[in-house]
Amino acid sequence: MLERFLVQASTYASDIDGLINLVAVLAGFWFLLAEAMFFWLIWKFRARPGKKSQYLTGKEKHVSRWITIPHALVLVCDVFIIIGSVRVWYNVKQVLPEADSTIRIIGQQWAWTFQHPGADNELDTADDIFTVEDLHVEVEKTYHFKLESRDVLHDFSVPVFRLKQDALPGRSITGWFRPTMTGEFGIQCAEICGIGHGIMAGRIHIEDANTHAAWISSASVATTP
Amino acid sequence: MADTAVDVHHDHHGHDDHHHGPTGILKYIWSTDHKIIAMQYLFTGMLMAIIGGYMAYVFRMQLAFPGISVPGFGQVSPGEYNALITNHGSIMIFWVAMPVLIAAFGNYLIPLMIGADDMVFPRINRLSFQVFFLSVIVLMASLFVEGGGFGGAWTSYPPLSAVAEYNQTNLGSSLWLIAVALEFVAFLLGGINFITTLMNSRAPGMKAYDIPLVAWMIVIASILFMLSVGPLVAGAVMLLFDQTLGTGFYDPARGGDPILWQHLFWFFGHPEVYVVLLPAIGITVDVIATFARKKIFGYKMVLYTAVATGVLSFFVWAHHQFIAGIDPRMANVFTVTTLLISVPIAEMCFVIIATLYGGSIRLTTPMLWALAFMAEFLIGGVTGIFLGASGADIYFHDTYFVLAHFHYTFFPIAIIGSFCAFTYWFPKMFGRMMNDTLGKIHFWGTIIPFNFIFIPLFVLGMGGQHRRIYNFQHFPELATPEMFQLRQIATISLLIMIAFQLVFFYNMITSWIRGEKAGKNPWQANTLEWTTESPPPHGNWPLDRMPVVYRGPYEYGHPDREEDYWPQDEPA
Repeated sequence: MLERFLVQASTYASDIDGLINLVAVLAGFWFLLAEAMFFWLIWKFRARPGKKSQYLTGKEKHVSRWITIPHALVLVCDVFIIIGSVRVWYNVKQVLPEADSTIRIIGQQWAWTFQHPGADNELDTADDIFTVEDLHVEVEKTYHFKLESRDVLHDFSVPVFRLKQDALPGRSITGWFRPTMTGEFGIQCAEICGIGHGIMAGRIHIEDANTHAAWISSASVATTP
Repeated sequence: MADTAVDVHHDHHGHDDHHHGPTGILKYIWSTDHKIIAMQYLFTGMLMAIIGGYMAYVFRMQLAFPGISVPGFGQVSPGEYNALITNHGSIMIFWVAMPVLIAAFGNYLIPLMIGADDMVFPRINRLSFQVFFLSVIVLMASLFVEGGGFGGAWTSYPPLSAVAEYNQTNLGSSLWLIAVALEFVAFLLGGINFITTLMNSRAPGMKAYDIPLVAWMIVIASILFMLSVGPLVAGAVMLLFDQTLGTGFYDPARGGDPILWQHLFWFFGHPEVYVVLLPAIGITVDVIATFARKKIFGYKMVLYTAVATGVLSFFVWAHHQFIAGIDPRMANVFTVTTLLISVPIAEMCFVIIATLYGGSIRLTTPMLWALAFMAEFLIGGVTGIFLGASGADIYFHDTYFVLAHFHYTFFPIAIIGSFCAFTYWFPKMFGRMMNDTLGKIHFWGTIIPFNFIFIPLFVLGMGGQHRRIYNFQHFPELATPEMFQLRQIATISLLIMIAFQLVFFYNMITSWIRGEKAGKNPWQANTLEWTTESPPPHGNWPLDRMPVVYRGPYEYGHPDREEDYWPQDEPA
């Protein structure tokens, strides 16, 4: 459903979209059934002169099963959604696949700062590349990010990755992503962070190996920490 | 039970206050009569709804037409935008939904429905409203102090809310917090009264399962509120200390933790959803039973599912914090509890739908509101499943999908539920019928635009539009013409909906003045409030004719009777 709005640019984007579709099908089924039943009953039992309403207590077996059977089925649907949800969640948030590279993302009022590992592919070394608002990554490489904040809560959100993670002052939160297509996409701050929340935008540049290497060499000359 | 009801009547001095106390307008301000206090809450809530609606109008105009000078406000700055959304949310939940659904209808209905002459603590009741009114004044003042109103969202997450340097509304944020805390005090006082009154002052013969469900629901909601609000009040005091005394409860640099606030807030915040939902369900159930001329399809089932929902609601709070930096393993636990809550809620909905079966449904204005509540609330319910499933929430968190979801729950609760109750009990409150044609015009003029406001917002949310952004021009993916069209559809629908509210106010005022006289029981309903005069006198019934209860509240369509209703107080 979501791929109609946004491309899937990470390995887990399609998993998350698949889960959303699963919920849409199961919840949608119950929703349509309940609404259809509801409007049909309103129509069927509209007041007509001389026709008195029936006296039903809900205890009669033949009527109460209209409640108890759907009740059990809803529970079964819940189990499917829970299993699907936990699987996706585990994959995205609980396990960390081996990283090809590590970056640091720092939120502050009201900009994103990105610390790239530079030519040696090691973070916190002299050749790290610092940028503001523009994150450069290579396609088909697994990245770990260390997410930090200097002041208030922020939230690193990349809609095309289907990724969101709050940034907290005083903590470094590690997460991962693996881009699957090249291009330039939006980064948002998805947690209100003051009057500049609406300008806290970034761009992610997903490049192929050559372009990325070229960017590293050009940026290494230009930036100092 | 009989003794208690009579004793209360003789002991308290409600009558004396009335006859020898203040006169004129003061009679209405210093009254301890539960009906007058209900009106005070009702009209204060209505006024706050107008203010909250005005705020929505201003920021929706800014979102649809960024940078324009909004008529009646002017240009919206980012700081003002944040203050508007923050206070819109706070007002609609704390100063509209709670005072109208719980305090106004709780105060009005509980004594009348259980056959009591007043609340058991009339003076505490008066104090409750006075504290509430103070909270309104403090909140309104917070909008006009130096730096403007608080703009850290109604969730008020620290460090943004705790540090003046970050939020730039030093005084506004403290006043906002004080107003919220005062509002909690008011509702604790009111809640004590509801619980005690329901337990002690029922008419002779009224057993636990003879109590109308709306009275039960308001009392269950009051119990939930009492149990959940404590941690938040403690949290609010710590936040106030962080703001004003420079403590560091939420400051990680000094050993605090910002996530602590989120736990305390949502431990209250999620039960709070059910605190306002249950009274609205109770109202809907009562109105549907009356106009479908049907016994509730499982009175006990509604009651037990309400209690189950209430209990479960204490174990789901962290679904608001899936991606907030909590231990990711915890998310799995809260996904399970959150999805389990769909079981009692679905069952409650099934029971209400099944009540229509075999009925003789009269589509009066209150019935239309009650049916609309069900139809719309279902949308809010099923969209919640996307957000309760942790994996899907990674994407949906803090998008407009969330916003549209909870407006599909809160709008039915606070607006549809209130209109349902208001139109249903208006004849009792004011002794006159409301105009049904105008009522229906107002109904359709509210329901249709409502859907056109929030369905586009679901779509925008799926497209990745995130919340609390005052202008989307900095996000190229969100600044496309199609997205602006959707925002404009939502805003124009809001303008139409607001315009139709004039019909309601016109109808209310003209019906109040010269509506058709209602009589005691215009809807041919069973519950006790319909056995007294409209409007009921002080003390509700003449002393020597206090009602006695012989049966449950929903005996409609009984085969042994010619009429299709059977009042609770009619001897067998």
